[in-house]
Amino acid sequence: MSPGSSQDQPEAPRHSAVLRITHWITVVAFLALLVSGCEIVVSHPRFYWGEVGNDWTRAAFTLHIPASRDMVPTGYGYTLQDQNGWSRYLHFEAAWLAVITGAIYGIWGLWTGHFRRNLLPEKGTRSFGAVWREFTKPFRRGARGDAGSYNVLQRTTYLFVVFVVFPMMIWTGLAMSPAFTAAVPESVILLGGRQTARTLHFLLTIFLVLFLVVHVTMVATSGFRSRMRAMILGRASKRRKNALEESPAIAARDITREVRGPVVSPMAEEKLS
Amino acid sequence: MSPLSRRKLITGGVVAAAGLGGAAAATRLAERYGLIPPDSGVVWGAGETLTYAAQRLLTTHAPARQFPRSMISKTPFMNEVAPPNAMYKTLQAEGWPLQVDGMVAHPGPFSLADLHRLPIHNQITEVACEEGWSYVAEWIGTPLYEVLNVAGLLPQARYIVYYSTDKNVWDSIDMADALHPQTLVTMGMNDGDLPLGFGGPVRLRVPRQLGYKSVKYLTRLTATDDLKKFGKGLGSSSPEFGYAWYAGI
Repeated sequence: MSPGSSQDQPEAPRHSAVLRITHWITVVAFLALLVSGCEIVVSHPRFYWGEVGNDWTRAAFTLHIPASRDMVPTGYGYTLQDQNGWSRYLHFEAAWLAVITGAIYGIWGLWTGHFRRNLLPEKGTRSFGAVWREFTKPFRRGARGDAGSYNVLQRTTYLFVVFVVFPMMIWTGLAMSPAFTAAVPESVILLGGRQTARTLHFLLTIFLVLFLVVHVTMVATSGFRSRMRAMILGRASKRRKNALEESPAIAARDITREVRGPVVSPMAEEKLS
Repeated sequence: MSPLSRRKLITGGVVAAAGLGGAAAATRLAERYGLIPPDSGVVWGAGETLTYAAQRLLTTHAPARQFPRSMISKTPFMNEVAPPNAMYKTLQAEGWPLQVDGMVAHPGPFSLADLHRLPIHNQITEVACEEGWSYVAEWIGTPLYEVLNVAGLLPQARYIVYYSTDKNVWDSIDMADALHPQTLVTMGMNDGDLPLGFGGPVRLRVPRQLGYKSVKYLTRLTATDDLKKFGKGLGSSSPEFGYAWYAGI
């Protein structure tokens, strides 16, 4: 144990309260949007490019699932139950929750410098070479994770999701609203039509689901309990902190610790406040 | 710990009180300016209210997108319709007297011939279904406000309730949509009479909302200031089936 560590001093939080609360509200809103979105797709599992598209026009692609409407040619001899009513209500309510939460997170992130400090790739890592080294790190012998903070791959991905995918999701969603596009016709014209907006909205969902899978896998493999504790309570356990102070590198390598209890991750806490 | 938590408690209390006060004031203002939809009390009412209020502040006078003639769909999709019922046949035999009543000075029927004598407009707009599909068509008819003007709409009316030959289908729109120049009592489509499958002989087109608000086989218009008196008080039959009253999204 390093001499400076004191039992009485509160630990430096790893994630601030605003980040933790907005993170978990976003989780709830995203899952609600995903479930209700899947339900809505079931009523018409065909996708088109351009302005218009229906059962009597050619589809860009079709999901090979049964539909909840008997007019949709799916190849199945039966229809699923119509769940569009509550799905649509829930979809838009969850969308409001996600947008308001996202706005709070965005303003907070700019205000506190969270994006600049924790998400913008650090100087010296802003090259394809650095991204490639990070990407291949798990496959190279002897290469271990940075003890510092998010690496360049994580930073780039989070920035992309926060500043490109989520805004595009909101944009393509609004471009399907007949009242919003009346007020702001450019919102759909720039995308190339209502059906293109719908198809992009669906493809962006696939991307976000893939992101979610990778994100949860990384959390699980790098110490599920400590990561969850950090995102829920904002701090790791005492034992973890002490271990980190001893030697981050050794601790990070000691994977067996995960089985016994609180885990040491290669990611330092203090930098991620 | 204790001074910190006391400060937190006071701050939290002040924030909560301000939040509650703000919410109450916002609700009163929203009610006054007609920003609360009739189905705001359902489970998902909060989201619906936010959507409707935001759209009413943003889009009250905005015109729905119109398209060039070349974009008219060659295959406009038609939902399956039930064969004409007894009420449909009776109305057809009588020249389709569209009943206009409620908060109007001169209630009475408008026959198809009466409607054709009103100013005729045409628009090329998109029908978008809540399921996701869509098509573009030309719609020909007389704006709803023309009918309401002749009937002498009273200023205290806030909604127009409208009915179909299908007893289970009725709907309503607020004045922003009812008086909107593109809200059309539609009698023609793509240079011909409105076909049965698309709602002929008379359908209400509400192009700034999803397809289900454009009720087919229009039989009656009722001007009112209170939707509570109709059906279960949710504004239309849609919320009774679990669908939103406001379909502008």
